[in-house]
Amino acid sequence: MPDTGTGKGPMTSDIKGAVHTDLRHDSAHKHVAGSAVYIDDLPEPKNLLHIYVAMSTVPRARLEGMDLSAVRAAKGVACVLTAADIPGHNDVSPFAGDDPLFATDLVEYVGQPIFAVAADSREQAIAAAGLADVRYAELPAYLDIDAALAAESKIESSQIMAQGDSEQGLSASKHRVSGSFRIGGQDHFYLEGQIAFATPLEDGDVHVYSSTQHPSEVQHLVAHVLGRPTNAVTVEVRRMGGGFGGKETHPAMFAAMAALAAVKTGRPAKLRLDRDDDMVMTGKRHDFRYDYDVGCDDTGRITGLNVTLASRCGRSTDLSPAINDRAMFHVDNCYYLGDVRIDSHRLKTHTVSNTAFRGFGGPQGMLGIEVVLSTIAHKLGLDPVAVREANLYGGPGRNTTPFGMTVEDNVAPQLIAGLKESADYDARVASVRAFNAANPYLKKGLALTPVKFGISFTTTHLNQAGALVHVYADGSVHLNHGGTEMGQGLFVKVAQVVAEEFQIDIDHIKITATTTAKVPNTSATAASSGSDLNGMAALDAARRIKARLSEFLAEKYDCPQDRITFRAGHVYVENREFSFADVAKQAYLGRVSLSSTGFYKTPKIHYDRASHKGRPFLYFCYGAAMSEVTIDTLTGEYKVDRVDILHDCGRSLNPAIDMGQIEGGFIQGMGWLTTEELVFDEKGRLRTHAPSTYKIPACSDRPAEMNIALYDKGRNVEATIHRSKAVGEPPFMLANSVFLALADAVAAAGDHKVWPNLNAPATPEEVLKAVMAVRGGN
Amino acid sequence: MAGTVKFMLDGQVHEVHSPDPTETLLNYLRYGIARTGTKEGCAEGDCGACTVVVGELVGDSVRYRAVNACILFLPTLDGKELLTVESLKGRDGGLHPVQEALVETHGSQCGFCTPGFVMSLYALYLEGPNPSRARINDALAGNLCRCTGYGPIIKAAERMHAIDTGAAPDMQAAVAALKAIRRDGTLAVSSVSTLTGREKHYYAPVTMDALADLVLAHPDATLLAGGTDVGLWITKQHRQLDVVIYVGDVAELKATRDSSDSFEIGAGVSVSDAMDMLGAHYGDMGELFRRFASVQIRNSGTLGGNIANGSPIGDSMPALIAAGTKLVLRRGGEERTIALEDYFIAYGKQDRAPGEFVARIIVPKPAAGLKYRAYKLSKRFDQDISAVCGAFALQIDDGFVTSARIAFGGMAATPKRATNAEAAITGQRWTRETAEAGMKAMAEDYAPISDMRASASYRLMAAQNLLMKAFVETTEGAATRLVGDRELAHA
Repeated sequence: MPDTGTGKGPMTSDIKGAVHTDLRHDSAHKHVAGSAVYIDDLPEPKNLLHIYVAMSTVPRARLEGMDLSAVRAAKGVACVLTAADIPGHNDVSPFAGDDPLFATDLVEYVGQPIFAVAADSREQAIAAAGLADVRYAELPAYLDIDAALAAESKIESSQIMAQGDSEQGLSASKHRVSGSFRIGGQDHFYLEGQIAFATPLEDGDVHVYSSTQHPSEVQHLVAHVLGRPTNAVTVEVRRMGGGFGGKETHPAMFAAMAALAAVKTGRPAKLRLDRDDDMVMTGKRHDFRYDYDVGCDDTGRITGLNVTLASRCGRSTDLSPAINDRAMFHVDNCYYLGDVRIDSHRLKTHTVSNTAFRGFGGPQGMLGIEVVLSTIAHKLGLDPVAVREANLYGGPGRNTTPFGMTVEDNVAPQLIAGLKESADYDARVASVRAFNAANPYLKKGLALTPVKFGISFTTTHLNQAGALVHVYADGSVHLNHGGTEMGQGLFVKVAQVVAEEFQIDIDHIKITATTTAKVPNTSATAASSGSDLNGMAALDAARRIKARLSEFLAEKYDCPQDRITFRAGHVYVENREFSFADVAKQAYLGRVSLSSTGFYKTPKIHYDRASHKGRPFLYFCYGAAMSEVTIDTLTGEYKVDRVDILHDCGRSLNPAIDMGQIEGGFIQGMGWLTTEELVFDEKGRLRTHAPSTYKIPACSDRPAEMNIALYDKGRNVEATIHRSKAVGEPPFMLANSVFLALADAVAAAGDHKVWPNLNAPATPEEVLKAVMAVRGGN
Repeated sequence: MAGTVKFMLDGQVHEVHSPDPTETLLNYLRYGIARTGTKEGCAEGDCGACTVVVGELVGDSVRYRAVNACILFLPTLDGKELLTVESLKGRDGGLHPVQEALVETHGSQCGFCTPGFVMSLYALYLEGPNPSRARINDALAGNLCRCTGYGPIIKAAERMHAIDTGAAPDMQAAVAALKAIRRDGTLAVSSVSTLTGREKHYYAPVTMDALADLVLAHPDATLLAGGTDVGLWITKQHRQLDVVIYVGDVAELKATRDSSDSFEIGAGVSVSDAMDMLGAHYGDMGELFRRFASVQIRNSGTLGGNIANGSPIGDSMPALIAAGTKLVLRRGGEERTIALEDYFIAYGKQDRAPGEFVARIIVPKPAAGLKYRAYKLSKRFDQDISAVCGAFALQIDDGFVTSARIAFGGMAATPKRATNAEAAITGQRWTRETAEAGMKAMAEDYAPISDMRASASYRLMAAQNLLMKAFVETTEGAATRLVGDRELAHA
């Protein structure tokens, strides 16, 4: 029996692929053999059209005219797509209605699509696009946070989240510190760029392969653009070559263009973005300015806090309201803030519209409070971990978040204590101090930071999922659900859930491509929710089929249903034993439906956005990390020497997959805070638009020593799928420890007289600048 | 339309008749013959998703190396052996130990970068068992993974030989096959551009004289060596190159000579090979070259190409200028020799006449007691382009600086010597004060620009600090190195 809700320790069943066991990614063999099929690997039909998207070259302008006659006349061109060619609505936004597929009278970022060319070859499409005569009348552009703040240029009204009276708390505080720093954005840099491949069908319908985390939204928006009902469009995705949030809202635009070309010409059409175009044309993690004014007592415990968050949302609304809400939700991280006020400004800039990215605003909110606590510790001369421990959520009176939710599952104290011990915190502090005393040019830094991350879409209605399970008469199983596979191992986890329920080896379960034709109205595979939601939906479907089988067997063999058990590939009916396949065949012959949908909606959650109060999350994920770094004070270069992580995955569905998420998330977070720098120039052009200029971590950037452990007492207090916890996003924020360790090393360069005002990303240049500053300038 | 390109693929001679001379190998694989295991991640040689292994006949063996297929022009494969991820399948259809190891360690998540990692690991596998962590990091520096954080892939590299050490190619058969398709004359390929309607020509001579004649006959031709820059003219700038002359098949250009006082390195010698030779004598140059792009790029790219290209941020030039390198250029039957620093006239302008090409590079061996340091500053240690690259060759006798050659990349429109800084320290006692005087003088040498890699102020400050670093390393015992061979700092 699965242990959902029973409260017993993890058990593993005697089948291959049971829950709570290490199982490799279902496509691992195909990945390494090069036989896993991504959309661009599909055979190309003979009459395939290739689409190239022409982009705005200025950040803000009136589009005074486009002469595309030479483009249309160019060799190989089948059609040119502009706003005028759209039969339905010129909009591909997730909800706000402000993302035109093609610009009409106004362009608002460098890279905004203005038209597209579909030609016999990619080269022809690119060459033809270059023949356009586009006339712009430029307007003043707001290219960064400060410019937009000064102009009060916003995508929605500023939001306030508060608890108690922060002004009163601050004025009564014994110590007070204020500051301001900046947190950079981040490109997703999924290895597979955006791609869509559309095939025209009869009746003007269209089938679209889209590399997307959100097939339902792509389906809906393609239909919206075509002016057709949703049922005219089918969207399918077997796997993505990485997503990280970048394939949540943006794929719709490329799918819509491909679908438009296909429907218009009656020919299949493919749109594959080149890396540079992808980076210029698609949104990124929001960069933030973080201003704070904090008060505390002698132990460093916060007694009043004002925080102002300002983020660059780019040219449109996209998901920025929810992203910035989540930044506010995580200003507390693991800490009880008492009297607190958080102001959040969501700024409209004339740069690409920023979007979802692993953590969804959480990392920016969370990094801020970690900086605040390290600053307090330095000011008071206290151990930074002790200050963190003094501020952790506690029992009644210290367990409500700024949004009014009670923290009921806090394991941060245990994780911090466990990590301090396993990573030998006290001895390491001493050895870092000794190293710094002996080394004039190299300096070490150490930091331990925890993570608490809320799980659920904060837009409540999104917390639903569907699944479809068929059992064939030979006992083989076909599994489908609304979740998408982007490398995170969702498909294998959900298959484990079904294997466990039917008590059959996972090899009997066929994992199939996500398609809107099988499961409708799905939510994005996002918010770390994939296995929580789809695992439960698949479990529901499997249980329905299992119940029908039991009912059938009970009747056929005239025994009570509770004497029927499914175990290790077999079904036991009192003292009779059948194989699962045999039961499937008997049920088929007995005219029993062996197909079922399944459905799940997350319980308990509610949220009132007007007051920013409620319970937006079903539960929280926790983790803690300790990082040690060395910086070169002559050049600002640095190395992350060692990282120790203790993370809570509840009762992990698949510890091997979860370990991969933790390590991968950490390294991605480290990249965000160190080498990944987005540089826009004064004309609004992104200058870091390829891996030659935008530097994600490489192999040697992985710390030489990295110790990762799962919290062995982990168990979700909520009745989630087999008491596991979500894992996609939370580990990303463990990398905050790298940033704080760098700051600690910089402080050491100035003999700890000043706490540095380090901005993220802490590039070598930023570190050297901070070193010079703590040494009194140069 | 003429010419046939022949190379070995999966034990068969693979022939391509009159290919487009600038079609990339990656596009040919994916869209020409639907061999789609090899992926495109960036089309500029920076992510490694397109990594394949190319075997080249060297004497009586075949040397297998990882390269980027996305910027490799198909005709340059002529006479070579190609291995893609699909080639690794065992006779029984099973996985190669490299692939098996990646499966066992959970080395793939989204899987898109994986075939590229497989091929880089395969090249490493062929080097033999027990690679060090440093060697693994190097071998994988040109492959980006956004999912795993690299740990499981490193583990796979450590484990792959334990699965089976015998899964190497049959060397005898490989040699015989390549000898059978070896060509002893110029390969000429042409085809008509589907875009412009013009005829495109590709020539690959095998002798120096034939090359000299071709370059003279086509003074506007694009000279192609490793293609690690020219490849991007096609994939990113969509340029049309009407005449391409490939220098990579000219044996004399690939020759090196080790004489009593210098190394002569043919312009066609790969950065990988030059690194091994120069690194043995200029330790820090070896360390700098180790951080020169990636294994794949160093295997394709040539030292001659890095120089001839004239980029102000090429990594080899400062290191070679400080060492006192000379350049030999050839036009027709004539040769001339110039100091390397004199080759760079202005941004995008070099001292190379029409019809002339870089023939070889002469690097003097270090004089006894020479203190040589080279540093590269970039956002990321591996596979990055320098924000600042500086090299110092200091002769110090009895505590005095008797000669100094200092050169920087990333500080001006060309690679450039720091003549003011050199003058400020030459003849002076080698003290902290002297170093500081040199740092001050350096501000007169350079007026760097701000760009996406670094600001002008960082560039100047860091360049000055590198002189201090060189001082510390040549006089004190304090640790100054975060990466590479820390022993070098005290040589």
